[in-house]
Amino acid sequence: MNTSLFHGRLVRLAAPNPETDAEALTRWQRDAEFLRLLDSDAARPLSVAQNKTDMEAIVARESSFAFMIRTLADDRVIGFIGLGRPQWTHGEAWLGIGLGDREYWGKGCGTDAVRLILRYGFTELNLHRVSLGVFEYNPRAVRSYEKAGFVLEGRTRQDVRRDGRYWDSLWMGILREEWERQNPKSQEQARE
Amino acid sequence: MNMQLFEGERVRLTPHDPEKDAEIESKWTHDPEYMRLLSADPVRPLSPGQIKKKYEEAGKDASRQSTNRFSFAVRTRADDRLIGLVRLERIEWNNGAGWLELGIGAAEDRGHGYGTEVLQLILRYAFDELNLHRLSASTFEYNTGALRFLERAGFAVEVRRRQALQREGRRWDDLFLGILREDWERVAGGK
Repeated sequence: MNTSLFHGRLVRLAAPNPETDAEALTRWQRDAEFLRLLDSDAARPLSVAQNKTDMEAIVARESSFAFMIRTLADDRVIGFIGLGRPQWTHGEAWLGIGLGDREYWGKGCGTDAVRLILRYGFTELNLHRVSLGVFEYNPRAVRSYEKAGFVLEGRTRQDVRRDGRYWDSLWMGILREEWERQNPKSQEQARE
Repeated sequence: MNMQLFEGERVRLTPHDPEKDAEIESKWTHDPEYMRLLSADPVRPLSPGQIKKKYEEAGKDASRQSTNRFSFAVRTRADDRLIGLVRLERIEWNNGAGWLELGIGAAEDRGHGYGTEVLQLILRYAFDELNLHRLSASTFEYNTGALRFLERAGFAVEVRRRQALQREGRRWDDLFLGILREDWERVAGGK
């Protein structure tokens, strides 16, 4: 059995600790680009107290599986990742990720975290598919998701308006059978 | 200027009246075929009491946050009978985008063109009153009726979420459809 569910090549998945992580989150939210890559809400920074309350609510919600991303090299918190909104009868959940620390953009940490959460989704939550949405102005994330095995399933036209123009959202998905084909090693480990 | 937003030829969009409507809505939830066309959630019948409670909770939500949900009961003009529900949900005002949900509850009320009238009314409300830029809707691969119905009104399939549902022993795709203001203006002639 694979017992290193939470350890990748560059990062590990750790339990969120609102007490300390709310401060990191508040720091990342000063970066409007981070907020605009993350979701389609109007970007706004929150206080440490607000972030702590929000994080506590997420941690308390048993239907969402949320983790902090920590570097293996120096155990630094650089972002968060999770699977949420599970539809258990259909075996589906939605992936969300935010890499707050710019120093770690474009270095493979996000892709490593996505690979970990997919393994968690398929071998621990026993999902049939994992879904996500991403904006057309975030090609770096799209590349990362493709590297992890996601397939583009379509685009909702002009559903985000930023800087005076409309942008599309892209929707991606990965099926269990696709993930298994791409991760034969995980399968061997799982069978051992 | 056309000031009539809620009156169709044979139906009208009206406020909910949980005291009166809960009994009928409860009946609809006992029809698994209907519920499976509308939602991916596991089908389960709701009592009139449970339905009333849902409305109470939605009412509390609406007063707490700036409203991003517009929900109507559809009634016949002839006899003021509740025949369906229509909602604009998850509206993102900064993006001018929202989601549409629509259902004609009883099997005997379907296939008479009521839904088409409701769709025309709610699209005009979304684009001419709320000034939205686009609407999304989700429907399932096996709901070919809804697919045709939405496409006739100007919606286009934008996303095919493969195998997102498991029902009757097999997997089915979930489809996202979208309509832009310009699509609506072209199809409806801006009326």
